[in-house]
Amino acid sequence: MHPILILVSQRVALGLFLLLAASVLIFAGTMILPGDVAQSILGQSATPEALANLRAELGLNDPPVTRYFNWLFGALQGDLGTALTNGQDIASSLGRRLGNTMFLAFWAAVIAVPLAIFLGLLAVRYRNRWPDKLISGVTLASISIPEFLIGYLLVYFVAVKLGWFSSVSMINDSMSLGEKLSAIALPVGVLVLVVLAHMMRMTRAAILNVMQSAYIETAELKGLSGFNVIFRHAFPNAIAPIVNVVMLNLAYLVVGVVVVEVVFVYPGMGQYLVDHVSKRDVPVVQACGLVFAAVYIGLNMVADIVAILSNPRLRHPK
Amino acid sequence: MADPLLKVTDLKIEATAYPPGEPPQEITIVEGVSFALEKGRVLGLIGESGAGKSTIGLSAMAYGRGGVRITGGQVTVNGRDILQLGVRGLRALRGAEVTYVAQSAAAAFNPAKRIMEQVIEATLEHGRASRSEAEARAVKLFATLGLPDPDTFGNRYPHQVSGGQLQRAMTALALCPLPDLVIFDEPTTALDVTTQIDVLAAIKDAIRETGVAALYITHDLAVVAQVSDDIMVLKGGHMVEYGTTAQIITAPREEYTRALVSVRSIEHEEKQPSDDPVLRVEHVTARYRGTDFDVLHDVNVEVHRGQTLAVVGESGSGKSTLARVITGLLPPSEGQITFADRTLSPTLSGRSREDLREVQMIYQMADVAMNPRQTVGTIIGRPLEFYFGLKGEAKRARVAELLDEIEMGTGFIDRYPAELSGGQKQRVCIARALAANPRLIICDEVTSALDPLVADGILKLLLNLQKVEDVAYLFITHDLATVRAIADSIAVMYRGRVVRYGPKSQVLSPPFDDYTDLLLSSVPEMKLGWLEDVIAHRKMESAGN
Amino acid sequence: MSRIPISALIGLVFTGAYFLAALFAPFIAPYGMSETVGDVWEPMSRTHLLGTDSIGRDLLTRMIYGGRTTIFIATMATLLSFTTGAVLGFLAAVIGGWVDQALSRFVDLMMAIPSLIFALVVLSVMPVTIPVLIMVMGLLDSTRVYRLARAVAVDINVMDYVEAARLRGEGRGWIIFREILPNALSPLVAEMGLRFIFMVLFVSTLSFLGLGVQPPNADWGGIVKENKEGIVYGISAALVPAFAIATLAISVNLVADWILNRTTSLKGGRGG
Repeated sequence: MHPILILVSQRVALGLFLLLAASVLIFAGTMILPGDVAQSILGQSATPEALANLRAELGLNDPPVTRYFNWLFGALQGDLGTALTNGQDIASSLGRRLGNTMFLAFWAAVIAVPLAIFLGLLAVRYRNRWPDKLISGVTLASISIPEFLIGYLLVYFVAVKLGWFSSVSMINDSMSLGEKLSAIALPVGVLVLVVLAHMMRMTRAAILNVMQSAYIETAELKGLSGFNVIFRHAFPNAIAPIVNVVMLNLAYLVVGVVVVEVVFVYPGMGQYLVDHVSKRDVPVVQACGLVFAAVYIGLNMVADIVAILSNPRLRHPK
Repeated sequence: MADPLLKVTDLKIEATAYPPGEPPQEITIVEGVSFALEKGRVLGLIGESGAGKSTIGLSAMAYGRGGVRITGGQVTVNGRDILQLGVRGLRALRGAEVTYVAQSAAAAFNPAKRIMEQVIEATLEHGRASRSEAEARAVKLFATLGLPDPDTFGNRYPHQVSGGQLQRAMTALALCPLPDLVIFDEPTTALDVTTQIDVLAAIKDAIRETGVAALYITHDLAVVAQVSDDIMVLKGGHMVEYGTTAQIITAPREEYTRALVSVRSIEHEEKQPSDDPVLRVEHVTARYRGTDFDVLHDVNVEVHRGQTLAVVGESGSGKSTLARVITGLLPPSEGQITFADRTLSPTLSGRSREDLREVQMIYQMADVAMNPRQTVGTIIGRPLEFYFGLKGEAKRARVAELLDEIEMGTGFIDRYPAELSGGQKQRVCIARALAANPRLIICDEVTSALDPLVADGILKLLLNLQKVEDVAYLFITHDLATVRAIADSIAVMYRGRVVRYGPKSQVLSPPFDDYTDLLLSSVPEMKLGWLEDVIAHRKMESAGN
Repeated sequence: MSRIPISALIGLVFTGAYFLAALFAPFIAPYGMSETVGDVWEPMSRTHLLGTDSIGRDLLTRMIYGGRTTIFIATMATLLSFTTGAVLGFLAAVIGGWVDQALSRFVDLMMAIPSLIFALVVLSVMPVTIPVLIMVMGLLDSTRVYRLARAVAVDINVMDYVEAARLRGEGRGWIIFREILPNALSPLVAEMGLRFIFMVLFVSTLSFLGLGVQPPNADWGGIVKENKEGIVYGISAALVPAFAIATLAISVNLVADWILNRTTSLKGGRGG
């Protein structure tokens, strides 16, 4: 079998294993509770019988390993349990929320990725001249600012002072695509700004790294035009590192989404998770944690696989 | 008298240096260099590192690498002053009229594209031939340059072929557009000596067949003597001497040139093997963990007190691995290392401090062999403290003594390695080894990274120290000239085995085994026509078989 | 004596100012931390330099005390993250073998889950006190420091001068502290700065989400949360702490950049 297929399948297997291990960690993370879940839900004045009943109902009396496997098998079948706070089925609420979050993330990615690559190329073309320094300065500022600041800055200036978009991004299925896009304009803006900064820096570094290779000099000494040097020689070698960067930052986007959804009261997974953390609704938290971890691990896995597939040494072994 | 193809007049090249913590400074790299090159002739540019040879070579394309700028003089190619050409003009010139063969072909090829595509790219770009013509030319060049399977060689990717083959492929790349001038930038420096000779011959053949003019840049005078018609000797960016190859080799005028020509002619009285072996390597076989082949196989050598055993071999011969086994970094799977009166533990952790003290090592790259955050005094002083418990005044006094022995003064005690020159760094490493008062010092390619003149100085120092301190050396090298200069006995290694072993005079006299024969005959000698002789000799031999 | 570039100087000045303010908070704050002294969301005036917050407390006072909390938590978490990560990273690099494998695989696993998510998961079951915050943040982040420290140590470990020390017979202690550490300092110190910034942003984000510092204590993130309703009415109170976070982060970034640039110049840097 071609060695590259072996490497790719190894990486996929690793990804699945990581996901499994992550599920254990997430489950274990909620087990460090020094107090008592039943107590936290029913409060100080609960009677011992009520507590005992709730514990039995929640399956809290089973050993942790059993509880983990029950949870895991349930999750694999699509049953993520029921929320403690309102008794609703988690899988369906989560599914809807996940769709919303993906919608937001998708539009942010679609704008941010081409923009980041373009700015990265620009920064390399005018290396150390004012466009590069300007871009570097802006990205430095951008990385240092917490997402919620960018969010509120946008809300303050664009929504309140200018009134272009609403400051709250409620969407529901009855809205048209256009209305939805208008509602998410600001949160998408925030996400783009956040991710753009990181992505652009890393793209610039990746392209610079390729441009400083010896074979680029060879191409120049062959008398090729600037465009041909970049397009024919730099680009094929830069694709892998750039895709890697994009994937890593999309993974980063997953986390940024949480804060942005809270700022703009957007009905997505992030909002869902945060709400239920403060309510200490453990099943919801576990489920959300698992889904976020899965997306994150998945994106990192794709990044690695692209790196493997684009390496000429692996594609054409000796 | 026809106009010369390339005429360089009063060339001046500058660069900006950025010393840390200070404002940027303009420094002159090359000044007042003038020469002319006729069609079909080869000019060798020779000098040590930093002499400016590559910079001058690249100026024939009006190219400055890494921010280097041509600020004065004229460079005329085929009658045009190329320094006045704009970007378009230079693009038309490069890759067509003037082409370049880089020092490291492995890095100069794009890993993502096939070799053929890269070899014919410039030819197609400048419209010098159609695709089929260019490919045909490339295949013919592959054949002339001695590459295997010339018809299909171009289909491979750079990482699928060897370094020597890539170097030849790069030469094909440079010759394919039928240029007027080719710049060869140290094309064989990175190759093993047995590969180098083949590539040299191939390049010479190709130059002769295509009738190009060439600039041949190298630091090895013996190599340049084989390929070029004229030679220009450079030092510190200035011309030292300029004349025909015959004149430079046989009757050098300037002192610096004379020093370069006479390099490696240190002669050394061979000592008779005594009955006093300091180190014995017996039936040592070793392999790296996780591999399934032996890196060393049944190696038996001895080093005698106060004498030098030179271990000679090319890359992959196992000579450095032998050093690792002797020092205990790699335990052998069979055999043992005996030291004077006792057997050494196969592993580092099993040896006593005394054991460790008696065997010291000096490395090839002095830059990374010393901790950059320690002063020279600390570096030399630590073994004194560690092995002998010396402190304070006593330690300082001994450090001063050692500095004297390596011909450096006490002013160096508080300096850091980064402030020293290449030769000085290696001397400090020698002092560090001596500080332990060992019976055996392993020198692992200690002169290979140094310029020829500096390397000479180090060899002379080592020989001197051997006389004074009665210390034995295990001298690992790939350079036969160094071996002649320093060895009392020699072991020739090939693929993990010792193929020839004995006193120097014996090893270096015929009859030879096949490999030693190949190795010895591949070392370029400072003699005109040597290359032709060797090639002819080999052709005769293979014809005779 | 090398000159300090202007950007680093600005960074040092601001960073220093913030730290000093945090240290001497009780002496420089004009009012008490929880004192209600005025109307809700008063604009800036001479008695209230930054105005008042959502329940009438002096915003400047809240900012100063908040800064103290933020900086304290971030500093402690950074120290925890750094010592854990660096020590383990160095040990993994020097000892190698299965210790290295076990530690590195475990760290890979920890890093497979985004920090914020993991923190949220853990904080959903633990009481959210300041020591717990410091522990969670510090341990989660130590994974990144571990990776860096290990990579730096591995790079140095293969240098000939470390091998020379080993061949001499030097023990592990000498090798770690006298050979490796002095050469690893520069990149590590620069990284410490970046980690600190991350901690400031992290704790502010957690507080903003309601899962960090709990009232009556406040840190800058919490102050943003308290005042965020005002934004829709055009009240800029919530922007003030966010602005402080940003300026602190940028200043430390500038200093860290400067230190990183000094790596290559100082005495040949890491292995020349």
